[in-house]
Amino acid sequence: MNLLIKGGRVIDPAQNIDDTLDILVANGKIKELGKGLKAPAGAETIDASGLLVTPGLIDMHVHLRDPGLEYKEDIVSGTRAAAAGGFTSVACMPNSRPVNDNKAITAYIIGKAKAEGVVNVFPVGAITQGSKGESLAEMGELKEAGCVAVSDDGHPVANAELMRRALEYAKGMGIMLISHSEELALVGEGVMNEGFTATELGLKGIPWAAEDVAVARDVYLAEFSNSPLHVAHISTTGSVRIIRDAKARGVKVTCETAPHYFTLTDDAVRGYNTNARMNPPLREAGDLASIKAGLKDGTIDAIATDHAPHHLNEKDVEFNLASNGIVGLETSLPLALRLVEEKVLDLKGLVAKMALNPARILGIERGTLKVGAVADITVIDAKREWLVDAEKLASKSKNSPFLGQRMKGCAAYTIVSGKIVYKL
Amino acid sequence: MGSKLGFKHKDIIGLQDLSEEEIQLLLDTAENLKEINSRDIKKVPTLRGKTVVNLFYEASTRTRTSFEIAAKRLSADTINITASTSSVTKGETLSDTARNILAMKPDIIVMRHAVSGAHHYLAQRVSCSVINAGDGAHEHPSQGLLDMLTIREKFGKLAGLKVAIVGDITHSRVARSAIYGLTKMGAKVFLAGPPTMMPPGVERLGNVQVCKDMREAVEGADVVMMLRIQLERQGKTLIPTLREYSRYFGLNHEVLKLAKKDAIVMHPGPINRGVELCSHVADGPQSHILKQVENGVAVRMSMLYHVSGGELPTE
Repeated sequence: MNLLIKGGRVIDPAQNIDDTLDILVANGKIKELGKGLKAPAGAETIDASGLLVTPGLIDMHVHLRDPGLEYKEDIVSGTRAAAAGGFTSVACMPNSRPVNDNKAITAYIIGKAKAEGVVNVFPVGAITQGSKGESLAEMGELKEAGCVAVSDDGHPVANAELMRRALEYAKGMGIMLISHSEELALVGEGVMNEGFTATELGLKGIPWAAEDVAVARDVYLAEFSNSPLHVAHISTTGSVRIIRDAKARGVKVTCETAPHYFTLTDDAVRGYNTNARMNPPLREAGDLASIKAGLKDGTIDAIATDHAPHHLNEKDVEFNLASNGIVGLETSLPLALRLVEEKVLDLKGLVAKMALNPARILGIERGTLKVGAVADITVIDAKREWLVDAEKLASKSKNSPFLGQRMKGCAAYTIVSGKIVYKL
Repeated sequence: MGSKLGFKHKDIIGLQDLSEEEIQLLLDTAENLKEINSRDIKKVPTLRGKTVVNLFYEASTRTRTSFEIAAKRLSADTINITASTSSVTKGETLSDTARNILAMKPDIIVMRHAVSGAHHYLAQRVSCSVINAGDGAHEHPSQGLLDMLTIREKFGKLAGLKVAIVGDITHSRVARSAIYGLTKMGAKVFLAGPPTMMPPGVERLGNVQVCKDMREAVEGADVVMMLRIQLERQGKTLIPTLREYSRYFGLNHEVLKLAKKDAIVMHPGPINRGVELCSHVADGPQSHILKQVENGVAVRMSMLYHVSGGELPTE
């Protein structure tokens, strides 16, 4: 099956390309990239004029809730949501039930994704057994089974010595460690960012220091053990500064932020909106500006959604009782495109953070449109306006703070290994 | 919904949502209704045929009793549901509880809940009126109104007065409602308490000044409002001991001397005698604590009346 994508504006940071080009796909691989390509007999043609053509987007931080929490999401609905959002690959966090801390669970996820999923699923295994923070999970076997990273996402590794050993051991096994950096003692019973809004709403606050001191600890442990570290979902001015400084002195640290941290502030919680409750919490305007600055200067390597589906019953409750997290796969691209409009990033920069860098951090052979590469491609209509409608989201869960809001930009085609898996 | 006097709200969730004129109206009505409480027959037919449900998810004797008396004096039928005797302990959601109560056609739900914002949640989901009898650390509007009525009775006004509020501001719904109400009515509020109990940005809630020292807040004050300290709720990391708290943030005669001569002392109760308030002051001539309780019934009658749209009682 051949596919010709004609006349799109091709953005490929790996090759430093931003040009109007045609792409010919054959046998699931990129066969040719150039101007005036002719469609071979029987090839399907996509007219991409006026559209962007990028390497398939990669969301390196999602929760597919499968196995065990399928009432929130499963591999089928989650990968459909990914495809609708323009993502050809997702890395799923291990906090399923049971936790993905062994090769049997990893094999289940990979098997189900291959059989029933519509995009590539790269599992992330646990750092510690059961993500309990007590003893290391079998990282070697997790890697062999197909995990691309380890993380206890949702929980920090509270014991600093265990974190040090985890970094050292993961480095030895050649697998990336992703930290959920949070000092739980400082979080306490907090449910939103500590600041004026929390004071006004009478809600217990989570200070930014709860994130910063944990990021600092983890960065120093990575520096000490000379091990690579990827910090998940950073949200504060301090995290950006700590990681910027660490990179400047050569620490092997990378990090990601989520679209909500460069789009919303804790003002969104007003009215006790449980769809604005997540962890880390939405911060203040200064933090939002710092996150954008970090994206611009390269401190922040990746944009990942932390797609966290929750059932209505877990959000339609009093604020203190609501679960943390929001769905993100289907709104990530338009929110990220706002960064281009605001000149925080150019298109190449954006694609680097949503495809190339995540691929490099996770060590997966994706994220570029080089000839010979797997034909994971996203065709984007950056101008199309649409309304976020709960009924139309592919995800099983609808816990988005953007419901009812206008978005600009969406995937027109999502192509995985040369096969169109989503079409607008 | 709303009263014939022009009160426009279906619910009373917080004083933050009310205008100066609306607060004035609630206080004026309370002042009128107060007379009923000293009659021989303490009952008017204003809310006859109306049903008031007191839904209390948190223990409370004073506020619940006060609301119940207020409703009964206006001839409403009252039902009390408390967390320990209801299906709450069986794990029913607030949404389901509300739906079930609503199916029985109440006119007003008076709720107390430990979670800030629970009343916003409830009010959005029921067609009857919701009155907040305290939500988490957010608001306690009937307390704010009774505080203001007590102050106004004493000084004949609220504007221009200096009010000191001392204690754990972070966890206090009483403080928030007092701040919103008093500063809207033109009073100036001075806050004091340990820095561990002072929430960020509190000075932006109204015409509020944060003082480092309790004495600074009390000096020249017309009103000294002491907050209850609750170690069990406020955690163990915020202050060293009640003994030290009492020494720096407790009100005694010596500190009270710094206030104006005719200053009044208030406390939302129940008092921790010898902690935030020494017994001599609590029972002394400047204490208006029992007047607050008395006025509580009147302001709650006013609140019930205004959300229900009834007729004012005839003389």
